Amino acid sequence: MRKVYIQSVGSVSAQKTFDNSEFLNEISDYNDTVILAVDPAYKDYIPPAAARRMAKGIKMGVVASKLALTDANLENVDAILTGTGMGCVIDSEKFVSAIIDNNEEYLTPTSFIQSTHNTVGGQIALGLGCKGYNFTYVHAGISFESAVLDAKMQLENEEANHILVGGVDELGDHTVKIHRLINHIKPEAVSLRNVLTSTSEGAVFSEGANFFVLSSEQNSNCYAELCDLKTFNTLNEQDVETAAKDFLKDNDLTINDIDLIVLGNNGDVKFDGYYNKLSNGLFSETPQVGYKHLCGEFNTASSFGFWLGAKILKSQSIPDIVRMNAVQAKNLKTILLYNQYRGENHSFILLKKC
Amino acid sequence: MSQGVAITGMGIISAIGNNVAENYSALVEGRKGISRVDKIDTVHRDAIMVGEIDFTNAELESQLGLDSDNNYSRTALLGAVAAKQAIADAQITDITKYKTGLISATSVGGMDMTEKYYYQYLEDKKLQKYIDGHHAGDSTQKIAEQLGIEQSLVTTISTACSSAANAIMFGARLIKSGKLDRVVVGGADCLSKFTINGFKTLMILSDTYNTPFDENRKGLNLGEAAAFLVLESDKVVKAENKKVLGYVKGYGNANDAFHQTASSDNGDGATLAMEKALKVAGLEAKDIDYINAHGTATGNNDLSEGRAIIRVFGETPPDFSSTKAYTGHTLAAAGAIEAVYSLLALQHNEIFPNLNYKTQMKEFSIRPQTVLKKKELATVLSNSLGFGGNCSTVIFSKEA
Amino acid sequence: MSELKQELKEKIIEQLNLEDVSVEEIADNDALFGDGLGLDSIDALELIVMLDKDYGIKLSDPKEGRKIFESVEVMANYIAENRTK
Repeated sequence: MRKVYIQSVGSVSAQKTFDNSEFLNEISDYNDTVILAVDPAYKDYIPPAAARRMAKGIKMGVVASKLALTDANLENVDAILTGTGMGCVIDSEKFVSAIIDNNEEYLTPTSFIQSTHNTVGGQIALGLGCKGYNFTYVHAGISFESAVLDAKMQLENEEANHILVGGVDELGDHTVKIHRLINHIKPEAVSLRNVLTSTSEGAVFSEGANFFVLSSEQNSNCYAELCDLKTFNTLNEQDVETAAKDFLKDNDLTINDIDLIVLGNNGDVKFDGYYNKLSNGLFSETPQVGYKHLCGEFNTASSFGFWLGAKILKSQSIPDIVRMNAVQAKNLKTILLYNQYRGENHSFILLKKC
Repeated sequence: MSQGVAITGMGIISAIGNNVAENYSALVEGRKGISRVDKIDTVHRDAIMVGEIDFTNAELESQLGLDSDNNYSRTALLGAVAAKQAIADAQITDITKYKTGLISATSVGGMDMTEKYYYQYLEDKKLQKYIDGHHAGDSTQKIAEQLGIEQSLVTTISTACSSAANAIMFGARLIKSGKLDRVVVGGADCLSKFTINGFKTLMILSDTYNTPFDENRKGLNLGEAAAFLVLESDKVVKAENKKVLGYVKGYGNANDAFHQTASSDNGDGATLAMEKALKVAGLEAKDIDYINAHGTATGNNDLSEGRAIIRVFGETPPDFSSTKAYTGHTLAAAGAIEAVYSLLALQHNEIFPNLNYKTQMKEFSIRPQTVLKKKELATVLSNSLGFGGNCSTVIFSKEA
Repeated sequence: MSELKQELKEKIIEQLNLEDVSVEEIADNDALFGDGLGLDSIDALELIVMLDKDYGIKLSDPKEGRKIFESVEVMANYIAENRTK
């Protein structure tokens, strides 16, 4: 089986990550319950005729994919794989409310067409003229990971050489409003530096798009080797450590081989216990970093974690803002990522320096 | 990547039947399930026809033995019913015995509840349980729970009308690569005001029975359905001495990269998908015995798909038919219900008729099979083509 | 008639999100589809709804739209002749 490498990255997030020459040099602070992605100059990337129907998620996805292609110095790819947990919520909301408000009359097609889950993947293909394999995974907190798994299998089995893979989710007003009602969003404003130690329920909601070119070829731009990935639809809190150990064992590794763990804590007291099992247990002596205080929570926020892991391995540096404990990394060779959302859809990813 | 992918069970609920046997008898008797919409209160009632499933949500909930505080969307209900049938058909009693995953497909997800309670959520606390049931992955999580699939690979694909074909494809690849021993694959979509009005704005809904590949076709009828297949590795089939219904022999996905909703005039994406599937199957065009076409009965699809069929198979392609006249277009579930129909065709050596066909299309000379035909079948090719240029083909075979 | 044409240009720009196009840039006889303004089949469907909603003209076949939406001039003439509101 061939190896799989993260060849390039492209990120649009609540931090100014679209400039890939930087690595969290300046931090956008907030004191809020919902934070928005920092907008790149979309016009520089998307022609106006194409952009006129695009909601923010589609624009973020298209820009992040272009950044990744540019970083990889590629014009096209063999396949496009997209993950999105909630899909195109802005256009969905627009169309549903139009149906109700106008009693099914005088409806126009644009928001319906744009609301389809595979709009981002389809638009990227349309923009590139890419006729290759094009899948969209829509499974909540592992939407992105499912796309990565699919890409990894294709690269390993020589079905493709370069694949664009990404995660994208956007915020919609009504979606935010109703998720406040069911306490998925924090009841009180929290600042960036306090969110991960917050004692309330819910998360700080956000949006973003992180795309990557995964390749079977290694070149000088390579960020990391993608060694393994595993997802679980369910996992009990008491089984997380065993699952982590088994995952490492599958890769002939032990806890001591892990130089850094990237955790998806979002400061929700109801569900951060899963992460605490690892950070206070198996990995208490391992350097730990978090990222959701930077990018906020959304179904594909783990794609930002993937971006972070890749950037750390390539730059061989850890920005202070992501550190969650005082343990210093001796080496930066092997990184483990763990994420879950609301106790469901867990994922482990193993990255190695290349 | 050398393993065979055996199909050992299937389940289905559609407008023409609540299980595999009922669907089969409707197919051979030429009985369509298209009617005026009953369960959705829409101003378009008299202007459209749909393929609706008779059971109410309450009836489906009681079949599944759900508590009254459940938050199942109709998509989840239909999906759970069909997936359980598939597991029973495969005679699986201990789901944990082998590494088992679930790949489902949906486009509507929990939209039926969202559109019903959109503003009421803000006032009525009792309804708020459905908020978390909106996202597409929710129905899949519930189906996994119903099947007892835990701590495993469970995910959802949404690529519009090709979704379930892609779920079958991904499942087959997971078996071939040895990631899973067994995987339940398929899709579910319920009818909703969202899709009814959406397709209405595209002006591609017929006001009468849909007529695939007919010169005077007026558009599609929407339908609701769910269907699932159980795919198992050679290892499991051997160890359990399983009865095999057929094999997933080949598959291909390609993007038209032409237009957001319309297919290219010459069916570039569909042509590529069929060619890829033949290559994976190690078959040539002449080896295909029957094509279950996507055939939605829209002006655009049938022309584009027909041309793609001619590009791959020449002017005298194998027998082909669309079963959309029976069920309506069931969107994300279409690839799965047509997989069940393809397997029934293989099992019974029968080609199901393309109903409602009268007039030859003027752009080409190929015509669908319009009456039930008995014929020894070894391979069936099934197409599913969707928005976003997403084109998929799956080839099913009797032998590995 | 020139009022109606002005109105149509404004509506086309607004309804179809042609953010970087101004009313002055659309000449009465410019082709709206293809090489002209570059509109496509989705825009045609949007314009069909506009005809219905604002002028009370119902089209049942999208193909009819193509001829009517040839240019602002053609559109305005058609609306003037057929409008019910």
